[in-house]
Amino acid sequence: MSERVREKLRILADAAKYDVSCASSGSTRKNKNKGLGDTGSGICHTYTADGRCVSLLKILLTNFCIYDCAYCVTRKSNDIERTAFTVKEVVDLTINFYRRNYIEGLFLSSGIFKNADYTMERLVRVAKELRQQHKFNGYIHLKTIPGASDELMKEAGLYADRLSVNIEIPTESGLKLLAPDKDRQDMIRPMNYLKNEIIQNKEERKLFKKSPLFVPAGQSSQMIIGATRETDKDIMYTADSMYRNFSLKRVYYSGYVPISNDSRLPMLNTAVPMVRENRLYQADWLMRFYGFNVRELLNPATPHLDLDIDPKLGWALRNLDKFPIDINKADLQLILRVPGIGVPSAQKIVSARIYQRLNWDHLKKLGVALNRARFFITCSSREFERRNLSANQIKQYILSTSASKYLKSQPAQLELFT
Amino acid sequence: MTLLTFDGSWYGLLCCIFDVYDYKLGAVYVSADTHNQTDAFGSERIVYTDPEHAARVSKGLAGKLSAKAMGDLYACFLSELPEAPSLIVRYARAVFSNGLTENAFGNADLLKVTQIAKMVSRERHRMKAFIRFQLTSDNIFFAEIEPDFNVIPLIAGHFKGRYADQEWIIYDKRRKYGIYYDLQKVEEVQFTFSEGKINSNVFAESEALYQNMWKDYFKHVSIDSRKNTALHLRHVPKRYWKHLIEKQVY
Ligand code: SF4
Repeated sequence: MSERVREKLRILADAAKYDVSCASSGSTRKNKNKGLGDTGSGICHTYTADGRCVSLLKILLTNFCIYDCAYCVTRKSNDIERTAFTVKEVVDLTINFYRRNYIEGLFLSSGIFKNADYTMERLVRVAKELRQQHKFNGYIHLKTIPGASDELMKEAGLYADRLSVNIEIPTESGLKLLAPDKDRQDMIRPMNYLKNEIIQNKEERKLFKKSPLFVPAGQSSQMIIGATRETDKDIMYTADSMYRNFSLKRVYYSGYVPISNDSRLPMLNTAVPMVRENRLYQADWLMRFYGFNVRELLNPATPHLDLDIDPKLGWALRNLDKFPIDINKADLQLILRVPGIGVPSAQKIVSARIYQRLNWDHLKKLGVALNRARFFITCSSREFERRNLSANQIKQYILSTSASKYLKSQPAQLELFT
Repeated sequence: MTLLTFDGSWYGLLCCIFDVYDYKLGAVYVSADTHNQTDAFGSERIVYTDPEHAARVSKGLAGKLSAKAMGDLYACFLSELPEAPSLIVRYARAVFSNGLTENAFGNADLLKVTQIAKMVSRERHRMKAFIRFQLTSDNIFFAEIEPDFNVIPLIAGHFKGRYADQEWIIYDKRRKYGIYYDLQKVEEVQFTFSEGKINSNVFAESEALYQNMWKDYFKHVSIDSRKNTALHLRHVPKRYWKHLIEKQVY
């Protein structure tokens, strides 16, 4: 290890930072072989200046690339310094960072040099050396290269905890515009292949406990938001189809950070769409944990999520005829749809109401945000919202009582509602 | 009220519970501190630590409480807060004598124990994340910490499992003790440093380079156009910076 490697790290960490995924959970690898490390704690070892969790060493193997995707700093036509790690250098860095308790593992991705298989083969070699020569049980996430062969994908799955295939641009037409050399089918195909292999491996492991693990933390994908003129509907319909068709564990939404003055893209001084990004994550949450169908949140009449209010409140305001609901009677599924009630509160409500009829005080103690929920529910109390308020009036009332949380000047502090 | 003075160990504290029953004591104040104003109390007892007594109390409690509640009691003890020993003894007495169950959060002592345990647990998580090892020239990975609470007993297992193939030491500078893993077992160690910072030549030659690379990495993963200092500080409070490599200047 030398100053030269240090220089490479600077360049190749910088180029990798736009991939937002940093999860290191979803997989449990015990240190049974008296080797190095284990997986499953999902620890954030530090946080970046923008407040994001740092759990993995996230780097590119190389930033040489034969492609010219307009939204990417690594694109062929960009005038930047190019470099490449050797397999051994990546392995050494990972091991040495891990031993010092800096990281939970490695997230390795790469520009494409020569061709897909040539690149993918090297990524796989890093993972293989870590697992086999160094008995490394930490977390490994490999970003697969579109167009790589099934054999390499399969081998990658034997060593990695998670594989991701980034779809990059939410619409096919957007991809055509910004990355004319890329074919969306090259991204879809490996997702489908991995899904089938994962299912098959699960079956095998039921029969033979000793069958090797195959991508135990599943696959994920990422989309860049705001690089093209796609609607939120385009984005979430694509996400929804990936969740359904390929059983993805996570889809990440990454607000486009302007890196080029290409006329096809937002201008260099355009702000990163962070509020929008947050709303998309909320919608994603609603689909996965609250039983919402994507069509209820976004449809031809509502192609975009409201930036002022969260998508659940947005849905409720468009569906006032379904409210108010009686907290002491309604099904869990309906209670989950009330703005201001999260999954934990909804579950507590359903178990607590067996013993007593709940009033406003109870609801408050169970963690319900009454300033929002009160417009949509009744409970064991004579007091409830009797006025016949319009959707817009309700929205104004709610915004006036929770202004700070929705202020656009501090967008990154927005968090997923509970 | 009787003042019980014990040796400050967990076993010692369990023996306080034993003695309360053995000597049929009334209300007690329990402390490891030998400088208490004794005239403020009706009487005073010194509790001797008998492992057998401690084991009997421990077994009795384990029969009535879940592993989680037992863990909370231990974590509360590790907080080293002055009121912790008395709280734990009162809690245990309520369990043995009044049939207190661990979910009866209406009980003020129980609630307090749970709250303290939560604070200790947060510190434990932070230490798992924020400990930074430095490689010495003897090939031992060394980390210095100054946690708010005495969390070493709660993190030893995690580090032993994770770093099974390297020798390491975690040293609590504030409490002046540490643990050493010798590739087989974890042992408590105490040693004296000469004042001031540890001499830089005790570290392996490559150490500075990896530290610099980690600092570089930390700097380069931040996206400037997304900077959010308030959020950063909430996750990494300033008092931990001293031992975080990435927060030091080159
Ligand atoms: S192929 Fe990947 S690395 Fe290369 S320009 Fe496109 S997005 Fe960037």
